[in-house]
Amino acid sequence: MSNDVFVITEHMDGKFSDVSFELVGKAKELAKAWGGQAVAVVVGSGIASNVFASDSTIHIDDAALSHFNPEAYGKVVEALVKERSPRLVMFGWTVTGMDMAAWLSARLGVACAAYVKNIGADLTMSCAAYGGKLTAEVAPEGGMAIAACLAGSFPVEAGQGSTAAVTMASPVDLNSLKMKFVEATKPAGGDVDITSQTKLVSIGRGIGGKENMELAEELAQKLGAVVSASRPVVDAGWLPRTRQVGKSGLKVKPKLYLMLGISGAPEHLEGMQSAELIIAVNTDKKAPIFNVAHYGATADLFEVAEAMVELL
Amino acid sequence: MNIVVAIKHIPSIADDLPVKGNNVDFDSVDFVLNEWDEHSIEQAVLIKEAVGGTVTVIGVDLIGELDNALHLALAKGADKVAKITADDPAADSHTQAKWLAEAVKGMGADMVFAGVQASNDIDGQIGAMIAAYLDMPYIGGTSAIEVSGSAATVSKEFPGGVGMKYSITLPFVAGVQSAPKPPRYAPVSKVRQMAQTATVEKIAPTGEASSGLAFKKMAPPVATGHAEMIEGSSKEVAAKIVELLKSKGLA
Repeated sequence: MSNDVFVITEHMDGKFSDVSFELVGKAKELAKAWGGQAVAVVVGSGIASNVFASDSTIHIDDAALSHFNPEAYGKVVEALVKERSPRLVMFGWTVTGMDMAAWLSARLGVACAAYVKNIGADLTMSCAAYGGKLTAEVAPEGGMAIAACLAGSFPVEAGQGSTAAVTMASPVDLNSLKMKFVEATKPAGGDVDITSQTKLVSIGRGIGGKENMELAEELAQKLGAVVSASRPVVDAGWLPRTRQVGKSGLKVKPKLYLMLGISGAPEHLEGMQSAELIIAVNTDKKAPIFNVAHYGATADLFEVAEAMVELL
Repeated sequence: MNIVVAIKHIPSIADDLPVKGNNVDFDSVDFVLNEWDEHSIEQAVLIKEAVGGTVTVIGVDLIGELDNALHLALAKGADKVAKITADDPAADSHTQAKWLAEAVKGMGADMVFAGVQASNDIDGQIGAMIAAYLDMPYIGGTSAIEVSGSAATVSKEFPGGVGMKYSITLPFVAGVQSAPKPPRYAPVSKVRQMAQTATVEKIAPTGEASSGLAFKKMAPPVATGHAEMIEGSSKEVAAKIVELLKSKGLA
């Protein structure tokens, strides 16, 4: 095993996601402490990969890797990790990283931590467990380890640079895959763009049902705001996917983010913690959102919303 | 079409989560079905309704209380249910995934579904690991799965409403983010009926795996900040929020 830290970067439409830079920055810090190298791993085709401040960048380029394919990307990363044997492999706890991190852990029989928000030089990892209500500090028991890290945990700037990438062919055969990319679908147009709004009234599962959406809409209208939501509301079909804030939704940065019935799971925080003014109303006084919001109230969201509508 | 849904019984995050030693005090918490599992059950039942087949729901019974979740699954349209009798509330995702994979091996599954994640996946999600243990491809974050012959068309969600479609030759494992329709409601009377009539197959845990993690500490997060709390009745809270917004030119 080397003392290197591998970062499995991620990209879409030719652009790397912020989390990739965040992880490269953290990898540099850890690799320096261990006397190893921070290695950015780029899997994909048709992307300029000389953008990281890594000690080195490996770019596995093959036409079959043009679009994210969990099977193909997983096999490539597995082969590379087996061959190079880094001390730590970092993924984002994202829609792509989640397809590979735990899978790779089980394939290789190495330790894996998820929901990681910090990593110490002794490899102790802090994980936002149980919807962010508890922090688990865990340490891998020897050998290589895998860390799936929450976006927004480390600064982006530390990972930005221009290290020249070494391009390599795929280390595995990609001609007999069971999984084939078919097409990308863009969100249906016609709805408001929540990322361009200055005020959002954002609702969580506490809203209880579709029949209660009217109250949220009324409050939003009075405030000149638009209604957005956390994932459970969208998964339940109460609002369209275009209104979802968070990891699998959109990142927003409004002047006002008024949260009704949202507990503040790590996936949601990723999408809104840069809002200028965050006000949270939740019945659970221990809801993690109160560690992030600027103002909070332990109260019934319906009573508060109704009273606000009357006052506005 | 033979679909197996692997579910996870997890401590409820709706309540307080007391800590004992370096982990959750499992004796003091309620266990509930992982919320994403409701979507994976729904996805499986929708496929069965479209092309026929059998849906088997299986989970690790950590505290001897999984039957409720299994009866609910039957009431929603599952055909068979099974539990791995573990009596180990601290069993990590690797351990559960290994037990589930060993149990699923003999079931001839065309597809295995699991919830895309669970709030206690400190060592990763069971779906991805079941796939690794069964040597099947894995795709997570799915929002629709349609089967035609020996392949499925799977929609995977990406941030910002972007989706990608994949064609996958069976068998494979999917981590379900959401079913194409919201999970159906099962009347209490039907769940009760299942509780009285259904057979839950019991399976002894076999196989060993480990997260490879030592738990050093479990505690509420160290807050770097805390919201300034607005006290009072709901009406008073509303008035103070409105006043605050007006003072900042936001109302």
